[in-house]
Amino acid sequence: MIIYVDQEQCTGCQICLPSCPFGAIELQGDKAFIIEEKCTLCGACVDACPMQAIVRTKETIVEQKIIDIASYRGVWIFAEQRLGKIQNVTFELLGAGRILANERKQELCAVLLGHNIREQAKELLFYGADKVYVIDDPILENFQDDPYSECVQHLVRAYKPEILLCGATNIGRSFIPQVAVKLETGLTADCTGFAIDSEKGNLLQTRPAFGGNIFATIATMRHRPQMATVRHKVMKPAERLAAPHGEIIEVSIPEKAKQVRTRFIQRVEELEETVNLAEADIIVSGGRGLGDPKNFDFIRALAKALGGAVGSSRAAVDAGWISYSHQVGQTGKTVCPKLYIAVGISGAVQHLVGMRSSDTIVAINKDPEAPIFKVATYGIVGDFKEIVPAMIKHFSS
Amino acid sequence: MNIVVCIKQVPDTTEVRINPETGTLIRDGVPSIINPFDMYAIEEGLRLKERFGGKVTVLTMGPPQAKEALRETISLGADEAALLSDRAFAGSDTLATSYSLSRAISKLGDVDIILCGKQASDGDTAQVGPGIAECLNIPFVAFVKKIEKIENGNARVERMMEYGYDIIELPLPCVLTVVKEINEPRLPSLKGKMRARKYEPILLKAEDLDVKVERLGLTGSPTQVIKVFTPELRREGEMLDGKDPDDIALKLKVKLKEAGFAI
Ligand SMILES: Cc1cc2nc3c(=O)[nH]c(=O)nc-3n(C[C@H](O)[C@H](O)[C@H](O)COP(=O)(O)OP(=O)(O)OC[C@H]3O[C@@H](n4cnc5c(N)ncnc54)[C@H](O)[C@@H]3O)c2cc1C
Ligand SMILES: Nc1ncnc2c1ncn2[C@@H]1O[C@H](COP(=O)(O)O)[C@@H](O)[C@H]1O
Repeated sequence: MIIYVDQEQCTGCQICLPSCPFGAIELQGDKAFIIEEKCTLCGACVDACPMQAIVRTKETIVEQKIIDIASYRGVWIFAEQRLGKIQNVTFELLGAGRILANERKQELCAVLLGHNIREQAKELLFYGADKVYVIDDPILENFQDDPYSECVQHLVRAYKPEILLCGATNIGRSFIPQVAVKLETGLTADCTGFAIDSEKGNLLQTRPAFGGNIFATIATMRHRPQMATVRHKVMKPAERLAAPHGEIIEVSIPEKAKQVRTRFIQRVEELEETVNLAEADIIVSGGRGLGDPKNFDFIRALAKALGGAVGSSRAAVDAGWISYSHQVGQTGKTVCPKLYIAVGISGAVQHLVGMRSSDTIVAINKDPEAPIFKVATYGIVGDFKEIVPAMIKHFSS
Repeated sequence: MNIVVCIKQVPDTTEVRINPETGTLIRDGVPSIINPFDMYAIEEGLRLKERFGGKVTVLTMGPPQAKEALRETISLGADEAALLSDRAFAGSDTLATSYSLSRAISKLGDVDIILCGKQASDGDTAQVGPGIAECLNIPFVAFVKKIEKIENGNARVERMMEYGYDIIELPLPCVLTVVKEINEPRLPSLKGKMRARKYEPILLKAEDLDVKVERLGLTGSPTQVIKVFTPELRREGEMLDGKDPDDIALKLKVKLKEAGFAI
């Protein structure tokens, strides 16, 4: 498979140059030229060229597995539970899944794995599932990759859904890639948007890449199911219905899922994690601008007044002022609260990618040129030692 | 103990800039680095070797210039480094990448532990580690923040979770992806740098591996990029000021109330 520029057709208009996310096109003479070493064959330039001068061809014709796409039907979501509690991301998946199911005029189904979880299955019906496939077994009590991936693969092979969505949580991102490999189908990570291609009915999956600097829309054309993990807190959760209509289908655990190679020893909950940044609606974050670890007290007090969680930049973590579990950003957590307040944080791109999609962003910084103001909904130039106490005073009253 | 560390060469995203006029990425002159998470995987590999003896082999799949990244790992103390490079691999998505790497690992010989970074900073997928484990049909644990011990062919590890961590045991050979908490990567040694300068990585091409060609590269990749675009960075932000902090705080309070916050 190669991409090349048809020199006859190329007018040297240069429109393709910025379309390439990999900087693999350059002008040689007055024609575009693709640098093979940099090209990943993504095809962005093929679509960008107004002259149809960029051509993608198959170099070698290799036989491909033909999949009977039409035999796959239904939108499925993986219903994540922990300690028998359905996780919020599940309701978001049901919300997103419902829209897709309606558009495809297909059923919305949930897969629930765990132990003693039959009651929770009913709850999923209240959130709009037409069917809930439940495998209830002691083996599934704690998350382990082997039995989880075997169970999901088993159900997919048996019922053949067209789409399978899973939360981009630690659990989801651990085992769902293994399911995709077992099924030899495509999996798009950490999606933030979905649409259905009106022509072919494929799922269009949009996701950030390069630390959030660019977005890509990805499709799985010839394989089924079309699988994706979904970023938490981006999709609108399904609403609870007054009366559910769906059914629960109990499936017994497949033999292969009983062969678990790992052994679950213990679950350790860390106190600091009780403020779950990923779940918080309001986050107040502090950075190096606080100047002193003691000044995190300002942050904690404001978070408390607002009923929010405490976050931080990496600089504050590296300085040892607060533990890593609070770090927001590229190497920390990606958060998407309704309100994010950044205090004494400059707004380096690695921090921004972790919080940029928050609904409302408030930035407090004494430097009016700080890049954080570029993404802020409301910016306040000033010393946090004056601003934050005033906020605490007026916000809690 | 035979340890394989998979690394990826990525553009340094801290250096990626947006062209304010066209809104596109400027990649000219953006240096390539070893994926930051993979530095922890390399370090952990070296530490395992120090604890249990054996050999650390670093593996990457990428264009010829990825040799540079491999040399860097030699300077850190890796014993061998292998580059899997062939046009046949171009356009690989995570499925094709996992498959190709797993075949290369089999080619490298017996292995006890395969370490990967949690995710690569260009694609941020975190799918290749679990994918390799599945292709090799060996057990896997993600997001490892500590390898507590390895005894009688079993490893005991801590897996980071949203609420804290889980302790898991699994038999070797296995695949682990590691997070930043696991260690503090070392700097290259002088001796390592000397060795790296002259070091030539093992070169592997598609024909050297026992592979099904239809599972390689673009053909073996079910996902296809349809469109790439840059997000709108700038918000229609508003700067708030006032005669004193109280004034500003009250202005903000009004704005937040309008936005629906109960404060
Ligand atoms: C590979 C890689 C990954 C990274 N990952 C992350 C990540 O996940 N998360 C992350 O946050 N960073 C990350 N970084 C680091 C990032 O590049 C920045 O260094 C970091 O975000 C800076 O933190 P800061 O804004 O707190 O500190 P600074 O950049 O030092 O900013 C401090 C700010 O506080 C302001 N200030 C000072 N005093 C006051 C005052 N009295 N009142 C109000 N404002 C004041 C200053 O004007 C300044 O803007 C990463 C870097 C690399 C290379
Ligand atoms: N091309 C590659 N060559 C070697 N290792 C890779 C490659 N791509 C990904 N990996 C490994 O898989 C991990 C996860 O990458 P990703 O799934 O792309 O986010 C990385 O941290 C590497 O350890």
